[in-house]
Amino acid sequence: MKLWKGHKEQLDGKAPMDNDCAVVAEELTKKFGKFIAVDHVSFKVKRGEIFGFLGPNGAGKSTTIRMLCGLFSPTEGSAHVGGFDVATQPDEIKSRIGYMSQKFSLYEDLTVEQNINFYGGIYGLEGARLEERKHWVIEMAGLAGKESMLAHTLSGGWRQRLALGCSILHEPPILFLDEPTGGVDPVSRRKFWDLIYDLSHRGVTIFVTTHYMDEAEHCHTIGLIYTGKLIALGSPTELKHSLDRYSVFEVQCSNTVDAMELLRGQAWAAETSIFGSAFHISTLNVSDAEKKIQGILTNEKIAVSRIEKIIPSLEDVFIQRIAEEDARKNGARN
Amino acid sequence: MRNILHIIRKEFLQLRQDKKMFGISFIAPVLQLIILGYAATFDVSNIPTVVCDFDNSPSSRELLRSFTSTGYFTIVEYFDKTSDIDNQLDDGHASIAIIIPRGFEKKIGAGQSAPLQIIADGTETSTAGIGLSYASIIVSQFSQNILLESLIKRGSVTMPARVSAEFRVWYNPELKSRNFMVPGVLGLLLMVMTMLLTSLAIVKEKELGTLEQLVVTPIKPYQLIIGKLAPFFIIGVIDVILVVFFASLVFSLPVKGGALLLLFLSLIFLMTTLGLGLFISTISRTQQQAMMTAIFFFMLPMMFFGGFVFPIENMPTIIQYVSYVIPLRYYFIIVRGLFLKGVGLDILWPQALALFIFGSVILSMSVLRFQKRLE
Repeated sequence: MKLWKGHKEQLDGKAPMDNDCAVVAEELTKKFGKFIAVDHVSFKVKRGEIFGFLGPNGAGKSTTIRMLCGLFSPTEGSAHVGGFDVATQPDEIKSRIGYMSQKFSLYEDLTVEQNINFYGGIYGLEGARLEERKHWVIEMAGLAGKESMLAHTLSGGWRQRLALGCSILHEPPILFLDEPTGGVDPVSRRKFWDLIYDLSHRGVTIFVTTHYMDEAEHCHTIGLIYTGKLIALGSPTELKHSLDRYSVFEVQCSNTVDAMELLRGQAWAAETSIFGSAFHISTLNVSDAEKKIQGILTNEKIAVSRIEKIIPSLEDVFIQRIAEEDARKNGARN
Repeated sequence: MRNILHIIRKEFLQLRQDKKMFGISFIAPVLQLIILGYAATFDVSNIPTVVCDFDNSPSSRELLRSFTSTGYFTIVEYFDKTSDIDNQLDDGHASIAIIIPRGFEKKIGAGQSAPLQIIADGTETSTAGIGLSYASIIVSQFSQNILLESLIKRGSVTMPARVSAEFRVWYNPELKSRNFMVPGVLGLLLMVMTMLLTSLAIVKEKELGTLEQLVVTPIKPYQLIIGKLAPFFIIGVIDVILVVFFASLVFSLPVKGGALLLLFLSLIFLMTTLGLGLFISTISRTQQQAMMTAIFFFMLPMMFFGGFVFPIENMPTIIQYVSYVIPLRYYFIIVRGLFLKGVGLDILWPQALALFIFGSVILSMSVLRFQKRLE
């Protein structure tokens, strides 16, 4: 009797989680042998929000997204997608999510329409509903009149939008995009993000990995993953304010490389990085930083044309966080 | 079930789109059958022969006539210097040279043994071997006739007693190697079509990333496997029908043991080739890798050790044992048995059973491995 009750609770309650969250990861970990690809990562994605998952190549972005889609089972920890456990209920998850990878997984030797028919069929669409969804995808992707073109003859932006269309034919409430805009021109990227916003407005939860900073600004929440660890989590504004104890300056001078080298030696200089023709420097616990910078550079005969205190960009935040993480690791090692 | 049909339909759409692949699947089998049927022959006839007849006597001319009248030898040129013969063999104009020394007839007349020389080009071992054995038969026949004639001339009253063997060749009375080859081609074709095409079709999806896309959809792994294998199973069946049809139409080689039985046993053989194709797809990342693995590690060894070219009985004992693990070996026995001997399942059941066991083991192990790879 007791057993039955427990079973029932599991079915009804699905999991001990709040209903506003589409994706919940708790201490999610994936090891490949000794290599820890994802290291005790925890986060929540609210329904209808765009969650940006950022990090350098090899940081664990794709491994995380694959665990969430039910492709890999976690080594430790747990994750729930749409209320279902990725380790034990991957089939339930698969029919409720859309997934699109950087490779735009279309059949290149099939036509636009054949691709839609195939994926539609796999997701169980048929008859009038398939026609309706097909029409919607073709409109959305701007492929009207190109239905009988082979997929490999389409240019990057169209293929990307067709792939997106094929992955949301079944109107999934949750959409996973693994670096969806890699290798696509800026205009197509912009159009693609318009589609993402549109889907988000319709209540679709979007989990997107990227390494474009401008795309990160479009997200409601951002998680930064670095060597398998989640080292920053919050909205873009929150993250920028997390650097409040630092003052960030943009410096334009005659010799950027030498200037950065000189300033890096100062105790109050936290981090320096190149931004276009100038560089950014974040300073900590120092007064008159502007004057100090000016003084040091002028002493070494570097002509300073501009020093300006700026609001830190997301990139400043990430560089700072990565530096802190590296320092923490080195400290632990020594 | 619906998902399986969606995949099969997609597979055929892709096949239709790919004109080359379509040709390979249905036209190549027929072409290959006809080409191999005509060209792949071990029969030796019209061996180009050069002659140096220093004797130039009625006896030497009669000997040469007995060479040409068999049809195995064609005299392309006569020379009167042995050095010319060297040149002819060197540049490959002739494969056999016959040199009859001066005094050939005189020695026969005197009742002495009359030597003659036959030289063969050993670079083509089978032509040389077969040519020489024909030549020795012709020569011994010739000397037997001389013996008989001289006995009759001396007025011997009775002929000496002779042992005479009556030869009958069963199953392939004319000993045509085409009759041996054409059924073999069927096994070879099925192996190439199903094993290679299956592995390529799966690895192609891996390369494109569509396999990963499919794994995120609600498709179950077993549906995916059946959907990917079924089209090539169907192509295999069509190829069997095509080969049977053309073998009887072009080469007058009907399936004596029954076409339906052949089709049924071919289905069992297909289990092994589809299973191997699936297996190859799990160990290859690119289509090139799959192609190379299939050709060098599976198809060539199976072809050589399975008895397509060389009879297994002639192989070293250890290789003969190796051939037992080659499914093609059993299929060749089945196909040749059905085409040439007209035997039935009462004779062929051990081979059928062996194929069935191999097929079940290979296919289920490959399926397990493939499923594990998907996760």
